[in-house]
Amino acid sequence: MPRPGFVLDVDRSTPPILFHHGEGFRLEKLPPDRSRVVYPAEPLEPLEDPEGAIRHALENPVGDSPPLRALLRPGMKLTIAFDDVSLPLPPMRRPDVRQRVIEAVLDLAAEAGVDDVHIIAALALHRRMTEAELRHAVGDRVYDAFAPHGLLYNHDAEDPDNLAFLGTTPHGEEVEINKRAAESDLLVYVNINLVSMDGGHKSTATGLASYRSLRHHHNVRTMRHSTSFMDRHSSELHSSNWRMGKVIRDAGVKIFQIETTLNNDTFGATGPLSVLQKREWEWTARDRAAFLAMKAGLDRLPLPARRRIFHSWRAPYGLTSVQAGEVEAVHEITTENVYRQQLVEVEGQTDILTMGLPYICPYNVNSIMNPILVMCLGLGYFFNMYRGRPLVREGGVVIMSHPTTWEFHPVHHPSYIDFFEQVLAETTDPVEIEARYEKQFAEDEWYRHLYRTSYAYHGVHPFYMWYWGCHGLAHAGKVIVVGGDRRAVRRLGFTPASTLQDALEMAEDVVGRDATITHLHNPPLVMADVK
Amino acid sequence: MIPEALDGRRIAITGGTGFLGTALIERLLRSVPGTELVLLVRPGKRSSAAQRARREIFRNDAFDRLRAELGAEAFDEMVERRVQVISGDVGTDGLGLDEAGRAVLAGCDVVVHSAATVAFDSPLDTAVEVNLLGPSRIAQTLRELGATPHLVAVSTCYVAGHRRGAAPEEHVADSPFYVDVDWRAEVEAARRARRDAEAESRRPEALARFRAEARRELGAAGTPALAAKTEQRREAWVRERMVEAGRARAASLGWPDAYAYTKALGERALLEQRGDIPVSIVRPSIIESAWAEPRPGWIRGFRMAEPIIISYARGLLKEFPGVPEGTVDVIPVDLVVAAIIAVAAEGPPAEPAVTQVASGSVNPLRYRQLVDLVREWFTEHPLYDSDGQPIVVPDWSFPGRGRVQRQLERARSTLARAEALLQSLPLRGRQAEWSARLEERREEAERALGYVELYGAYAECEAIYGVDNLLARHERLDPADRDRFCFDPRVVDWPTYVHDIHLPSVVEHARVRTTPGGRTVESRATRLRRQVLSPDRHFAAFDLENTLIASNVVAAYSWLATRRLPREDRLRHVVRTLAEAPSLLALDRRDRSDFLRHFYRRYDKAPVEQLEADAREMFSHLLLAKAFPAAIRRVREHRRLGHRTLLITGALDFAIAPLRPLFDDVVCARLDTRPDGTYRGELTDVPPTGEARATLLAEYAEAHGFDLAEGVAYADSTSDLPMLEAVGFPVAVNPETRLSALARKRGWLVEHFDKAPGVPEPLLPIGPPWGAGGRPSWLTRLLTADVWGGGDRRGRDGRDRDRPALASGPRGGWR
Repeated sequence: MPRPGFVLDVDRSTPPILFHHGEGFRLEKLPPDRSRVVYPAEPLEPLEDPEGAIRHALENPVGDSPPLRALLRPGMKLTIAFDDVSLPLPPMRRPDVRQRVIEAVLDLAAEAGVDDVHIIAALALHRRMTEAELRHAVGDRVYDAFAPHGLLYNHDAEDPDNLAFLGTTPHGEEVEINKRAAESDLLVYVNINLVSMDGGHKSTATGLASYRSLRHHHNVRTMRHSTSFMDRHSSELHSSNWRMGKVIRDAGVKIFQIETTLNNDTFGATGPLSVLQKREWEWTARDRAAFLAMKAGLDRLPLPARRRIFHSWRAPYGLTSVQAGEVEAVHEITTENVYRQQLVEVEGQTDILTMGLPYICPYNVNSIMNPILVMCLGLGYFFNMYRGRPLVREGGVVIMSHPTTWEFHPVHHPSYIDFFEQVLAETTDPVEIEARYEKQFAEDEWYRHLYRTSYAYHGVHPFYMWYWGCHGLAHAGKVIVVGGDRRAVRRLGFTPASTLQDALEMAEDVVGRDATITHLHNPPLVMADVK
Repeated sequence: MIPEALDGRRIAITGGTGFLGTALIERLLRSVPGTELVLLVRPGKRSSAAQRARREIFRNDAFDRLRAELGAEAFDEMVERRVQVISGDVGTDGLGLDEAGRAVLAGCDVVVHSAATVAFDSPLDTAVEVNLLGPSRIAQTLRELGATPHLVAVSTCYVAGHRRGAAPEEHVADSPFYVDVDWRAEVEAARRARRDAEAESRRPEALARFRAEARRELGAAGTPALAAKTEQRREAWVRERMVEAGRARAASLGWPDAYAYTKALGERALLEQRGDIPVSIVRPSIIESAWAEPRPGWIRGFRMAEPIIISYARGLLKEFPGVPEGTVDVIPVDLVVAAIIAVAAEGPPAEPAVTQVASGSVNPLRYRQLVDLVREWFTEHPLYDSDGQPIVVPDWSFPGRGRVQRQLERARSTLARAEALLQSLPLRGRQAEWSARLEERREEAERALGYVELYGAYAECEAIYGVDNLLARHERLDPADRDRFCFDPRVVDWPTYVHDIHLPSVVEHARVRTTPGGRTVESRATRLRRQVLSPDRHFAAFDLENTLIASNVVAAYSWLATRRLPREDRLRHVVRTLAEAPSLLALDRRDRSDFLRHFYRRYDKAPVEQLEADAREMFSHLLLAKAFPAAIRRVREHRRLGHRTLLITGALDFAIAPLRPLFDDVVCARLDTRPDGTYRGELTDVPPTGEARATLLAEYAEAHGFDLAEGVAYADSTSDLPMLEAVGFPVAVNPETRLSALARKRGWLVEHFDKAPGVPEPLLPIGPPWGAGGRPSWLTRLLTADVWGGGDRRGRDGRDRDRPALASGPRGGWR
């Protein structure tokens, strides 16, 4: 029986706590008697027979939906869309859950004599997936059967010929999604719900949408009113997506949603990284030795080598639930399953929130975590891992630990480079950035060309990263980055500190002495339910 | 009274555009109002004698005082009335005068000959033609004209040659130390030396050497650019030979340099050729800025002592030879001018008379005193370095000339070796600037060495120039003239002269930093960048390799060729390419377009469609990964500013096709195709390289109605020189050492564009395996010479990918 997550009060006997730090780690002693650590639950037991569970879900849909088998008929147009390379993090060991689900769907389609099938990576404005990444997600068998015929491909949010405008929500939000998906007799969406933000109507309304549609919820106003975007019922981001979901449904697009949840077995129970998943005071001598050896080894390696090692890690995630059928009903169950794994009750807010940022976020799989992504991961994702109230009080201090090197992937993040060099050099204010620069980047022909033909994130994507963090930015009184490249950290508008102790001293100016400290021990993923 | 004595006289002056000549003209116009002046001026390459006179004489600030006294209009009117300019050249027989000029000259009462080539390092024959033959040519011409005006020839004290002790005002030939040589033989020898040097420089071995040097400097810049550079080299070589010949001949006869030697023989020749023309010889010593007239400190040009003083003040000249107790014979220019006027006013002498205008015998300035004065002044008024820090001037210990020369020579050759070493390395961008910095240091050392070689003799000269005649003349002056036309060297108070008059004037002329503090004005790069990115520009042309991306055609080929090869063949390909690399590099350095033609043969039989598809992948994996984001941003910035953007590259069209959306226009190489859908490996046009790019840009500008002068060009290598030189705003991007040096010298904008930091660096430029990596090879064909073969369309499991879809399943062939 896996143990649930819990909150540890730090006292004098508490050993140094693990902080993720990009492609490395730090061990930090937290001040006793005023610090606490939020630990994730141990990985839930995975389903014993995932394939059986998937088949079962397809046969026994939830909500107002017949079984998938009943929806398939010869001569129909079937489109299978799936979550892109940004999920799960890190990528999971083969077989990927998407492969299992898609194979099951294709088996049923073949049985039913369906021969018009397209498989689309629902990547919205993310970069196109490479062949290797597609193979990893859907498996070689699916890839070899479909890709050579042009039946397995990446969604293109900038292809005017392959987008369908479906209408406008009562709030005036335009809904435009992939034409093939919109015009199919059935759209099967294959999801991986790693965090509670994923899934539901957001799958189709965002994953298969165009910039014209996305800009209605990917903006500063929406993100500031999403408190948090991990909690659907308090998230303006989700309200907007749900409104769009209704427009899609009303336009006659029939969606069969398949959602899956994973446990948080990110680093494995055995193996070189298993120590990252254990609580520090339970480390054995062997764990300690393994950790020190790993750290010593990593410290001696050049950054590209370290990056290669970390990015080759495949998580042994286990499937904890799979449900299919009508979008909203499916998503309710999914969210419960996500919470079951990730939610930890925390009593009250804190003055100082500390977090160790790892090497990966949704937008640098097989890539480089550039400074803008550091901001997004810290103030966007980690800060928003709460339900109820933010872990840190308003005006409190956020301390993040990450090397924040001035590095960019030239192929994946071309507009990020220009955003960093040009826009952030002028201002870090999200409202001003949105007003002054978004249009220019979003409509830039060269970025469009790179997004469509190369492997670049859309020109507007760095703006979304900045908006993702804007709630955290407005909420926190000060943001300090420990161990980061000072120039890059300052460019982000944050304060650099060389050690956690220095950062805590700096925080005193904002929150006074004896301020309370809470460390979010993440990953493996943990979400605070702040009472 | 001088003005009265010269009233109504017509005075011809040669050398009016020089330092002394300008001062003389100014003084006559201002202080001897009754004179008329005839200026013999050599016409310039693009300007007439009159234009030159206007620009180079009357616009000089020497005339500010007179212009202010008279008013600008009255001044112009006065010049118009009193000055006549005739076109002539003392370097040619008959002075190059036309009939009118000859008539004007014939009507003159006095001729002051002050034209000379004063550079101490003149080529021998130039010095001979002007300095040696100039005076006698004037005498000759006057004799032909039947005129006998009073000829005042300006010479130099240093005709006395190297000697210790008294050097009285006597004729050269009367000196007990004079080595009798026949000046005619010297003239003949100098002319022959020039012919020999010219012939020598045209020998095939020499020409090959110049060509090699030009190539070393410019790289593969194309034939026309290389030809121009080669000829420049040859001319420079000939000049050097002639300078050396002059120095050697002068030294062999006991003169410090070719200047003194030719001047001395010039006096001899004049005395021999003068006929019945009355001749006065005026010999100044080292002429420096004015003591009082037209204003204290007036100076024209950066003369002999000034570069040394400034180099010293900038801390560059750590040592200078000299005898501390020796005399530095300096004489302010206005004293020399007054002496010349006084000589002219006294009228023609019965016998040729010599007057020396020098300070050494009556008011000596000791070398140590001068150095101390200079150091004191610069300690109080230091120059500032580029960081705004004051420069501390060095202490000179007065070593022997040989030691300083040896030290500098050692420094120079060490720096030159380091520079050569750096230049042989394939450096770019900021590293290339090390070499530029070394070059700067070497040039500084060379300059210092030059000063020591040229002027060292003057600091060591221990001759004392007698001025008895001069003082006697001064005694004879009317008391009123003694004030107005003072030429008594004893009036000069050296500390005042050096501190309050000469050094402030020198510093002002030298354009050096005299104020502390950091830079307040924008840097040169910022200013240039602003010009480059001004909306007024018309177009911006970009080179590709190493300007926009850190890659090249070989890498692109390797990538494309290996993409569909099995693993073992890929390795073999890599080994083969590496083995070929040196010869390919050498070919590229020799001639870019030959290299491209040769190299592109490899695409023979390559399937067009496959290459196009693979090139799309290469765009992401090779081109973008190695692109310079700042460079790409720059292209887009130009477009936003409304400039038309053009990519010029020797790369192939299919390889750079994905880059097209970045530019308005693209010029690139193209391969011929066969009907069967494969490439022929032969180019359809002349590849756009070297000078073809200049032509291309000209045509491009013409076609769009652009002005080349309003164009911007970005390139990285000297092989792109024709392209850079064609436009008004060249930008050197990450320049290699040679271009870095050129850009610095020519004041071009240099940009350092880097690859995105953190870019994963593949070891070898080969394509990633087709299909997912890490699986056993699926193509079993062995590597043959023909890497393109037929594209195997089967999957790794051997199943045919084009197998029709199963009727009972999704069209992809599921199950």
